[in-house]
Amino acid sequence: MANDLQGPWDVIVVGGGNAALCAAITAAEAGARVLILEGAPKPYRGGNSRHTRNFRCMHRGPLSVLTGSYAEDEYFDDLLLVTKGKTDEALARFVIRSSEECLPWMEAHGVRFQPSLSGTLSLSRTNAFFLGGGKALVNAYYNMAQDLGVTVVYEAQVTHVVLEGDRFTHVEVSVASGPTECVSGKSVVLASGGFQSDVDWLARAWGPAARNFLIRGTPYNRGVVLRDMLDQGCESVGDPTQCHAVAIDGRAPKYDGGIVTRLDCVPFAVVVNKHCERFYDEGEDVWPKRYAIWGRLVAAQPGQVGYALIDAKSYNLFMPSVFPPVKADTIGELGQKLGLDPAKLSATVGAFNDACRPGKFHPTERDGLATEGLTPPKTNWARPLETPPFYGYQLRPGVTFTYLGLRVTQDAAVQTRSGPLRNVWAAGEMIAGSILGQGYLAGFGMTIGTVFGRVAGRQAAAHALTKKETLRVA
Amino acid sequence: MSLDLSAHLTATAEARRQIEICNACRYCEGFCAVFPAMTREKAFADGDLTHLANLCHNCRGCYYSCQYTEPHEFALNIPAALAEVRQESWERLVGPAAFSRAFHENGVAMAGAMVLGIAALFGLIATLPEGEGAGFYAFMSHNAMVALFLPAFLLPLAAVGVGVGRYWREVGAGRATLGDLTAALLAAGRMKNLSGGQGQGCNFEREDRYSDARRHCHQAVMWGFLLCFAATSTATLMHYLLAWPAPYPPLSPPKLLGVPGGVLMVAGALGLVWLKTRADRALGAARVWGGEMAFILLLAFVAASGLALYAVSGTAAVPVLLALHLGSVLTLFLLLPYTKMVHGFFRLAALVAEEAMKRRTPVSSGGE
Repeated sequence: MANDLQGPWDVIVVGGGNAALCAAITAAEAGARVLILEGAPKPYRGGNSRHTRNFRCMHRGPLSVLTGSYAEDEYFDDLLLVTKGKTDEALARFVIRSSEECLPWMEAHGVRFQPSLSGTLSLSRTNAFFLGGGKALVNAYYNMAQDLGVTVVYEAQVTHVVLEGDRFTHVEVSVASGPTECVSGKSVVLASGGFQSDVDWLARAWGPAARNFLIRGTPYNRGVVLRDMLDQGCESVGDPTQCHAVAIDGRAPKYDGGIVTRLDCVPFAVVVNKHCERFYDEGEDVWPKRYAIWGRLVAAQPGQVGYALIDAKSYNLFMPSVFPPVKADTIGELGQKLGLDPAKLSATVGAFNDACRPGKFHPTERDGLATEGLTPPKTNWARPLETPPFYGYQLRPGVTFTYLGLRVTQDAAVQTRSGPLRNVWAAGEMIAGSILGQGYLAGFGMTIGTVFGRVAGRQAAAHALTKKETLRVA
Repeated sequence: MSLDLSAHLTATAEARRQIEICNACRYCEGFCAVFPAMTREKAFADGDLTHLANLCHNCRGCYYSCQYTEPHEFALNIPAALAEVRQESWERLVGPAAFSRAFHENGVAMAGAMVLGIAALFGLIATLPEGEGAGFYAFMSHNAMVALFLPAFLLPLAAVGVGVGRYWREVGAGRATLGDLTAALLAAGRMKNLSGGQGQGCNFEREDRYSDARRHCHQAVMWGFLLCFAATSTATLMHYLLAWPAPYPPLSPPKLLGVPGGVLMVAGALGLVWLKTRADRALGAARVWGGEMAFILLLAFVAASGLALYAVSGTAAVPVLLALHLGSVLTLFLLLPYTKMVHGFFRLAALVAEEAMKRRTPVSSGGE
């Protein structure tokens, strides 16, 4: 293991997820000698990419598994909607435009796509799904990297990226909790994710409520390298106090629950807080466009908890939950089982039911079936909860990623107050904050990672292979 | 509670725990028929799990793509969980159970049975009066062979038939049409469920890298076996309808079918043995690994001894090889309900059942 560490290396890649692998493969194909330092053990390799499932892709006509077309402006408008304008338009459009050429590149490097999964028809035009999901993509890339002669070291925690002025010289790394070793390279690509699994950091940024959050992704994104670079004067982007959280099943594991902990029932539900009060329009838009805001909505409620209630009519309209719902024959009994005040819950649901109006219900598109005279309103899919059995799901915020990252140029070079570093590039969640200032767009994280990973790998290899490093004569 | 991780869960309860997690994920939908089939349900009865288990071809694509395999607390291992249920279902549905367990689990028992079968043939050949016919019929008459092999073939088939009938009722397959059967036969003929969904094959001997080696070896054995079976059937028809008894010349239907069939069977079986030694045992029903291995070797021995018997035609070695070949064939037939051989019948039944269920209940699309 230790012998694997000493190169010489042209490009050292810190991290082992999608962006890191795209960088490593691109650099290796350019002829560079590449080392990947992945913090996780092999079964958990791949960062949050392990849990992903698709890639949002611009295309001017049918492309691979993608139907129709998805033009740059529509894509950018979708991004504006979720970020409420908190995005760097130039970088965002660069990512969007580059995505079209990424898909064939991904296929050429072992990634297999499939038509959108059942229950995700709404994404069949915009998102290409990975056959087997993100871990299959990660496996394909590791195999490709291995075939290209890339060296991979697992359980390699980089603790410090050593800079001399505006130039990277070496990393300090501990393998399998062993002694710290210095590994030097001509270039470095940083792609080791955000800090969402460091709960103390989350609590400092968000407040003590963050200790009640569940972490949906890898336990290995602790932000060590991100913190190290910020401490060395690199410029940051993204809101340091915010994380992207979605509402997930409150019974999910503390870490790594991934996709199965999602609950897609909100559009068909009445959602209340622990005081049995509704707090937001559950039917604002189709779920893929709105699921991303519910984590923050629930996080703002007392005790960071919510309850989604449905009746038998809606039970088969959404993906099954990983844990069985709480079930009861009356709303009052359901409240009791969920630990809510039965009388208050019955009153809230009663008021909701009275505000529902007849009309045509359509589960997959906005049907305009809205409440009348209710605050907050439910603007679509508003049907009374009247058909037993009734089902209830506890909701808690599940953190997917953090927004704080490193500022980069369009070449993926890491920025300091005095300009870009000469041989340090960054990609993936570590830099996504420029483009995703808030909210989330399904499959866009993988797009950012793929586009910037490839750019970073290309730049790092070009630097290492062409730069005549001037030897300092002492 | 679906996530109780106690070690004493039965195979079915453990499979249910795992399938409920899969059904909330569905990333593996594109690999095979199992994942689309599970989307028909939100709650899984025992019969549903029996069906999914027999539909699973153990391609292992889902295991290597799964973000919930150990050390994750969900500890998913669908190929193994379904292999356990599948194995348990054969042992439960095909009687008598004591035979099932003895041979499925135990390669040594199978080898012992083979020794007995071969010894019985040596005994028969030694004690029966000399046959009237030419070739091997000089050592064992056609009538003696029929008297021995007809019941040894039909009785085990009947036992399997009863078991498959029980399976059909347990999974609630309902009525199947000719179209269902055709679609199932096409899937089996191409081993569609070992293709990984896109023709890249499965994850077997090279961990998470895809390979078609197992699919190709399996098809060599399957088609080889069917060719040998066709050779014997053709010969029987020629014997009775054309009054044309064995031995047959090299360019006759029995030889043209049987020789390539035997070669395919030997090559395919040896390939499967080699692949099995390289694959991770923990991704199948580990307790029957030895029995499965012995069964593949038995198949290889049946085919190789048949080819050898043909090769030594007219020499003094014929009686010895005749006993070896017929003895191993006898063992294969008699053990058919109690070895891996039974998987073919159940797998085909599961494929037909799936076509029928799919036709009646198009797979749900989670509300879309």
